[in-house]
Amino acid sequence: MIGLEHYLTLAAMLFVLSLAGIIINRRNLILLLMCIELMLLAVNFNFIAFSRYLGDETGQVFVFFILTVAAAEAAIGLAILVVLFRNRRSIAVQELNTLKG
Amino acid sequence: MLHTVLFYSFALVMLGAAAGVVFSRNPVHSVMFLVLTFFQSAVLWLMAEAEFLAIVLVLVYVGAVMVLFLFVVMMLEVNIEAAKRGLTRFAPLGIGIALLMAYELMQLIWLRSEGVGITGGFAATAEGYSNTKALGAVLYTEHVYAFEIAAVILLLAIVAAITLTMRKRPGIKVQDINKQVAVRAKDRVRIVKMDAEKKQ
Amino acid sequence: MYNYYLIIVLAPLAAAIIAGLAGKSIGRAGAHWVTIAGVGTACLLSLIVLKNLFWGGAPAENIDVYTWAMTDGLHMKVGFLVDRLTALMMCVVTFVSLMVHIYTIGYMHDDPGYQRFFSYISLFTFAMLMLVMSNNFLQLFFGWEAVGLVSYLLIGFWYKKETAIFANLKAFLVNRVGDFGFILGIAGVVMFTGSLDYAEVFASADNVAAQNIEVFSGTPWNAMTVICILLFIGAMGKSAQAPLHVWLPDSMEGPTPISALIHAATMVTAGIFMVARMSPLFELSTTALAVVIVIGSITAFFMGLLGIVQNDIKRVVAYSTLSQLGYMTVALGASAYSAAIFHLMTHAFFKALLFLAAGSVIIAMHHEQDIRKMGGLKKYMPITYWTSLIGTLALIGFPGSSGFFSKDLLIEAVKESHWHGQGAVYWIAYLSVLLGVFVTALYSFRMFFLVFHGKERMDAETKSHLHETPTVVTAPLILLAIPSAIIGWFTVGPVLFGNYFGEAIFVTESKDVVAHLGDTFWHGSWALVTHIYKSPVFYLAAAGTLTAWFLYLKRPDVPQTIKDRLPGVYNVLDRKYYFDDLWIKGFAGGGRQFGQFLWKKGDEFLIDGVLVNGTAKTVGRLAGVLRQIQTGYLYTYAFAMIIGLTALLGWLIWLR
Repeated sequence: MIGLEHYLTLAAMLFVLSLAGIIINRRNLILLLMCIELMLLAVNFNFIAFSRYLGDETGQVFVFFILTVAAAEAAIGLAILVVLFRNRRSIAVQELNTLKG
Repeated sequence: MLHTVLFYSFALVMLGAAAGVVFSRNPVHSVMFLVLTFFQSAVLWLMAEAEFLAIVLVLVYVGAVMVLFLFVVMMLEVNIEAAKRGLTRFAPLGIGIALLMAYELMQLIWLRSEGVGITGGFAATAEGYSNTKALGAVLYTEHVYAFEIAAVILLLAIVAAITLTMRKRPGIKVQDINKQVAVRAKDRVRIVKMDAEKKQ
Repeated sequence: MYNYYLIIVLAPLAAAIIAGLAGKSIGRAGAHWVTIAGVGTACLLSLIVLKNLFWGGAPAENIDVYTWAMTDGLHMKVGFLVDRLTALMMCVVTFVSLMVHIYTIGYMHDDPGYQRFFSYISLFTFAMLMLVMSNNFLQLFFGWEAVGLVSYLLIGFWYKKETAIFANLKAFLVNRVGDFGFILGIAGVVMFTGSLDYAEVFASADNVAAQNIEVFSGTPWNAMTVICILLFIGAMGKSAQAPLHVWLPDSMEGPTPISALIHAATMVTAGIFMVARMSPLFELSTTALAVVIVIGSITAFFMGLLGIVQNDIKRVVAYSTLSQLGYMTVALGASAYSAAIFHLMTHAFFKALLFLAAGSVIIAMHHEQDIRKMGGLKKYMPITYWTSLIGTLALIGFPGSSGFFSKDLLIEAVKESHWHGQGAVYWIAYLSVLLGVFVTALYSFRMFFLVFHGKERMDAETKSHLHETPTVVTAPLILLAIPSAIIGWFTVGPVLFGNYFGEAIFVTESKDVVAHLGDTFWHGSWALVTHIYKSPVFYLAAAGTLTAWFLYLKRPDVPQTIKDRLPGVYNVLDRKYYFDDLWIKGFAGGGRQFGQFLWKKGDEFLIDGVLVNGTAKTVGRLAGVLRQIQTGYLYTYAFAMIIGLTALLGWLIWLR
């Protein structure tokens, strides 16, 4: 029977994949954003699995909010990306080191 | 049995699609793989009896967010080769860390959960259970304030995204109604008084 | 009486403040009048106090005036202990101080620092009175340091004179050595008794003597011995006992009145007074007393010898002071505290007299101090001559003079101090004081003859201006000459043998040599004078005088011959046994080199280089390394977060 562990394992694998993606695709901002979406998905998986396991809909409510916030985040993130590209004609991450004093 | 087979097949496709997101060289392909991933996970959520969220995922993510991604990726015309350069250098490190993390998580899920024990599948839900109805019952009662705040956040996102991307373009001829209304005669016409010419 | 004590102490202080701060507005005359009035009041009231205590039979008073601070059960107070010992010291201090004040009017007549000088000596009187009237160790230490400070200020009074600056610094530093021991001694007292108050400390003295202290682990020493020796080190500094005597001859760079007041009559006797005051402690440590008597003997004899080769008139008197302080110290060591104090008193009078007479000569000679350039002054300065003669006779112990009684009885007391056993200590002490008599007579009359008799060796210019000094100078000489001559006759009986000090000085019965003398030796002043022929002291003094007469009047060529024949001995004496070289080259030079080492290696290299800059550099270097991870790229921080997350998870799984 498919149970909690299977969903958690699947979520973990998804999370790990996106983690690897963040490290590997560190040059590309769009891919970074997509990997973050993947990570959120993995987290949502966990919430849904536990919600189902415990028979408590609150977990799903949480997923609902995460989806909302993720959508907002994606919208704003992409907007920033567009502005960035418009200003610098590039979204190459290696040029974004103004944080360095 | 059927349930298990379905779960594994969808899970495999989903993981493959996620790998495709991470490893594909073309960002457009990555977005497409991501869309696939979301579809697959929507099915898996359906199997976990989270029907409402599954539909929301498809509608919101695939329908809106992913289109946004695709739009941006195509619009920006990023130099793919330049963006992808140096991928191999960090691949071993990324994969190594990922494997370590995966190992740790497996430990946590399978080996360290002795107190809980292997659950052996979800308990069956009650007869006539409606996920959407149940979700609505808590969402609009217990979590109504959070719900409102979520709405405000979305509004904020709209405002922020528009403000960020909107720009004034110089040199474009547009009407300024305020200015037109505020115009006065003396701003435009200069009345010059002068003597009549002397007679020669 | 309480108000009297306050006035005695505060009148000189007030005068010092007025003369010091308002010196300009009150003028020169104002300055000397106000300070003389202050000190005169103190002197008068001191005499009344003495009269009340001695003839009036008033009891000794122990009054706490003010609690200055209180910490952990330790009361730091200002208070007065006025008994007969204190009263005697008060009278001596204020009387000599008054004489010096008057004398200063003449001596410092043309000096630009006139008001400053009066302010200082008045301040000194205050400090010295605080010292002698104290009823606790803290106030004693205050007075002790305050007189040291004023001494420093006055030695360097002519602060534009290179040698004076050197001398006052030397005096200050050498006194620091002594004071270090002194304050350690006080710390020891507090440690073992938990009190600073004399009465309480003396009450628990027996208890302290029963305890041991391990300064170096494994060698327990008697606590009382350690405390007493430490206190005595303080006394050695202040009272210029060998080897801490080196500052006193140099202190003669200061004006002559302060040489008389501070460096002969009062301040340098503070050490003697202190040991006498602490007699209940010293009596309990035979070892400490042995140290005292040996140091005193060395000082008494060897410092006297140096007086013979000195040519500066003030330095001769200074070495004589050293020698006499040695005598007092020997008496202390022999448990003859009352004899020491008695000698202190007579010495204060005749030594102040000698200094002031020397000062008078210096004025007349237009600040020429070399006795080889004097001679035959007798006919020019009769008053100075006669008063000097009285002072010199008192110093050598001419029968009937004050010095005779004090010194003769002091030597007898040492002779009787058999409780030291027949060992080396006893013989060193007795021989030193006996031979010291001869030496004293020799150098005293050498100076006397060279200055007042013989050929007139000064140049014609000086000679034409020679005349007796003014009345303000000669009056104090006369006033001091009177007690120098006769005070011994009247006071020796009551002070030494009349149980004058009573409770103030404590002597163990078996060691009480003075009382023993009183039983066996003392038959009144007259008897002492008439039985002089029985004592070797008389013959030695006479021999010294005759030798001086022979060498410096009869055959003035002989000293030169002796000097040529015995260059080694002369050199040793001329270089003052190389003590100055030891201190200046050895300790001061060594200290400088050590300081240089600490500066270069310790401070510049270790502290600045390694610790301060090194720390900064290490932090800088570390930061330079750490800065490498601050790339400014967002993904680096994300990566760090991932590593952290992995590590946290790992810790959760494997380590918990």
